[in-house]
Amino acid sequence: MTSTSSPSRHRQLGLTDHEYELILERLGREPGDVELAMLSLMWSEHCAYKHSRKLLRRLPTEGPRVVLGPGENAGAVDVGGGLALAFKVESHNHPSAVEPFQGAATGVGGILRDVFAVGARPIAVLDSLRFGEPASSARSRYLLERAVAGIGHYGNSVGVPTVGGEIYFENCYEQNCLVNAMCLGLAPVQRLIRSAAAGPGNVLVLLGALTGRDGIGGASVLASAELGEGDGAKRPSVQIGDPFSEKKLLECCLELLEDGLLVSLQDLGAAGLTSSASEMAAKGGVGIDIDVSRVPLREADMEPFEVMISESQERMLCVVEPECVAALMDVCERWEVLATPIGQVTDTGHLRVLNAGAVVADLPVHVLVDDCPLYDLDPIQPAIAIYAPPEPVLTGSEPPGEVLLALLASPNLASRRPVFEQYDPIVQSRTVRRPDEADAAVLALPDGSAVAVSIDGNGRRVACDPRQGTIEAVYECAANLACVGAEPLGLTNCLNFGNPEKPHVAWQLTEAVAGLAEACQDLEIPVVGGNVSLYNEAPAGPIFPTPVVGIVGKLPDARRAGRLGFLREGDAIALVGPFKPRRAGSELAKLQGRPPVGELPPSDARAIRAAHQAVRDGVRRGVLHSAHDIAEGGLAVALAECCLAGGIGASVTVPEGLDVFAEAPGRGFVVSGLREALGAWPVIGAVGGGALRIDGVLELEIAKLRAARDGGLAESV
Amino acid sequence: MLWHAERDLHGVDAVIIPGGFSYGDYLRAGAIARFAPVMEEVAEFARAGGLVLGICNGFQVLCEARLLPGALLPNTSLKFVCRQVELEVVDAQTPFTRECEPGRRLSIPVKHTTGRYYAPEPVRVLLRYAPGQNPNGSQDDIAGVCNEQGNVFGLMPHPEHAVEALSGSVDGLRIFESMRAHVDQHVLA
Repeated sequence: MTSTSSPSRHRQLGLTDHEYELILERLGREPGDVELAMLSLMWSEHCAYKHSRKLLRRLPTEGPRVVLGPGENAGAVDVGGGLALAFKVESHNHPSAVEPFQGAATGVGGILRDVFAVGARPIAVLDSLRFGEPASSARSRYLLERAVAGIGHYGNSVGVPTVGGEIYFENCYEQNCLVNAMCLGLAPVQRLIRSAAAGPGNVLVLLGALTGRDGIGGASVLASAELGEGDGAKRPSVQIGDPFSEKKLLECCLELLEDGLLVSLQDLGAAGLTSSASEMAAKGGVGIDIDVSRVPLREADMEPFEVMISESQERMLCVVEPECVAALMDVCERWEVLATPIGQVTDTGHLRVLNAGAVVADLPVHVLVDDCPLYDLDPIQPAIAIYAPPEPVLTGSEPPGEVLLALLASPNLASRRPVFEQYDPIVQSRTVRRPDEADAAVLALPDGSAVAVSIDGNGRRVACDPRQGTIEAVYECAANLACVGAEPLGLTNCLNFGNPEKPHVAWQLTEAVAGLAEACQDLEIPVVGGNVSLYNEAPAGPIFPTPVVGIVGKLPDARRAGRLGFLREGDAIALVGPFKPRRAGSELAKLQGRPPVGELPPSDARAIRAAHQAVRDGVRRGVLHSAHDIAEGGLAVALAECCLAGGIGASVTVPEGLDVFAEAPGRGFVVSGLREALGAWPVIGAVGGGALRIDGVLELEIAKLRAARDGGLAESV
Repeated sequence: MLWHAERDLHGVDAVIIPGGFSYGDYLRAGAIARFAPVMEEVAEFARAGGLVLGICNGFQVLCEARLLPGALLPNTSLKFVCRQVELEVVDAQTPFTRECEPGRRLSIPVKHTTGRYYAPEPVRVLLRYAPGQNPNGSQDDIAGVCNEQGNVFGLMPHPEHAVEALSGSVDGLRIFESMRAHVDQHVLA
């Protein structure tokens, strides 16, 4: 083991002096070069969660349906019929900001591997995207177009439907876009597999692609530092995706599991072999020996440290009993997947790296995985506004009809069709509700029931009030599920924030996690996994605090899945829920050039839960012909969306004093059905005609609403 | 399910080459899959009059294999497009369309990047995109063509995604029911 004792060696790799001293203390010696490269990645924010792990302990993680909780490659819940639904969301923000096509594509590839690493067949992908303003920023249009193309390139090709997602545009994401990808997978409960290595003497087999220099240091270079000038030079740190190889790897891994040939399975993500092998060893309480000279390389002259930290895509690591290796090789050959024994499980508790037999690194697994210091944040609520106000689009003196058209045409509310038409939402033939048909995607299960999924997060509202804004994100996501008749079973989240070492970002993060915990406790939704993406800052400042939540749920009868569009002339329209909206943080406030400040509406968890329950039951019983949650743009936009989805008008009278453009996400619903079926809910009008008429406020032809909404994004994608 | 590497059709009554991204479409859609060992048997089966249906990537494979005339070019938008489209049945007298009423419209989704059909010579058209529905800029709104003998049919839309009311449409069933009726009458009789 050689080491060059330049004092700045560890700093170049992103370790602080304090962290380096800790390493010296734990090892009782100086680490060699390979060891330091491995430690620097395992102790990076991306791998060690050193600024967030303490906070995340507050989240409720247990529930009767939880099969796999946080800590595995993906969480999973029991969806009945002997099936488990595995799911997770993960960020690929910084790679996408540097190279949007491959960054987004490999974001999808990575989250797919997380799901089939637990033995589940990926059945759906959703994406949560954030960019700068498309109208004023060529960079934002470029990032949007290329990221969407990259997601489609990977998801469509690998044969997993992209069933939903969300996109918001705000100036704060101009340099630092967000690309979060979520995947769902199905598995027989007994086929789920964990990543813990076990059985000293068992063989470690590397599956899939050749190892190259791509993504070297991605976890520390890209994911754990702010973006800045000269990021183009970081492009070689972005991995290149190969969906065809992923498809073969996926089928191969599922067949290996079906045949019972694997002891454990783990995908190779950030920090490559280093992270995968140490996580597997740590979870199993064992050691692992890897000989890098046996790793098949794409480039001949790679150094041992490069092999250990390469982030080449489409690779998996598995542990196999020696007597099963031959059978494994047969399966891999049939799928034309490269399989190479590269080491073995030991009882040393050390991760040892050998190069043709010579030891080049020998580190206790617990030092790699557990000994990274966890930091307490130093949260301070900022005294002054952090975010500049946006450019005003409206003056505030426009009549309501004009306001509604401006809202529908605004990038955040305009039709997503130009985006989702580039994705395949139906491959695998489970999709019962496609994008734009309902508030959540619905996928049929073999027994006639269905799972539903939605992903949500509104950074502007979280910027107004990190705690309440995050609570709202959970409410809204759960409300989307209620609209299709689904009951939430589990939640995953991706916390996209700025630099946590800055007190105001630390405050945003602390408050948001508190809000997430509170909302999940209130709605009794366990958090089964997630991801944290910090340092989302550009020279101009941090992004909005952007927690993204994905919730999966279940409905008993796929045929009864709800729709958002008005269905039938003459149906009564009712307003459901404790809906007391405000203008602060609203889409309209943004269009009027107001900064993201102000008090969000309070929330009464008990009343919200009751409203969700009532809508869910109405949809399940089939008495609600449509159900839609009232989100961005308030009641007026929600009504317009119901009209547009159904291709039919409506005429309503809003309750006295209700501001039709104010917002209170997750609390209110617009539902329609036979009048007698709506019971005690306040009926505000009826479906019918070719226009949306809000008595005394506005009247607009459907065609006019459609033109406004369809034109909003069409130019930018 | 027939395995690509096997030279054996296991006595099937008809062959369906499904959609997908064979070999990632990396070289050109269908260009590598046409060399799959099983394709030699498919070509032999087609020459003997067996029914061969190619859907989307399967259509591209059949064109590359010269079992169908013409070629599929990148969409005029140069982008992947997934959309439910209306199709017009041009010829309802074939083994693939005999259960369709002539002139009847079918609602079936398309999803592809390389679906712009082009042929320099006249071809037998079975399906066209209805006016205003062409998603890819194909010549004469062509959505599906068959060979001269009428036993090999390729189409860009995905009838297998229109076989269940739950998922939006059952119109695709007509194609498969036609094939079954033909097989029942001519192959199994």
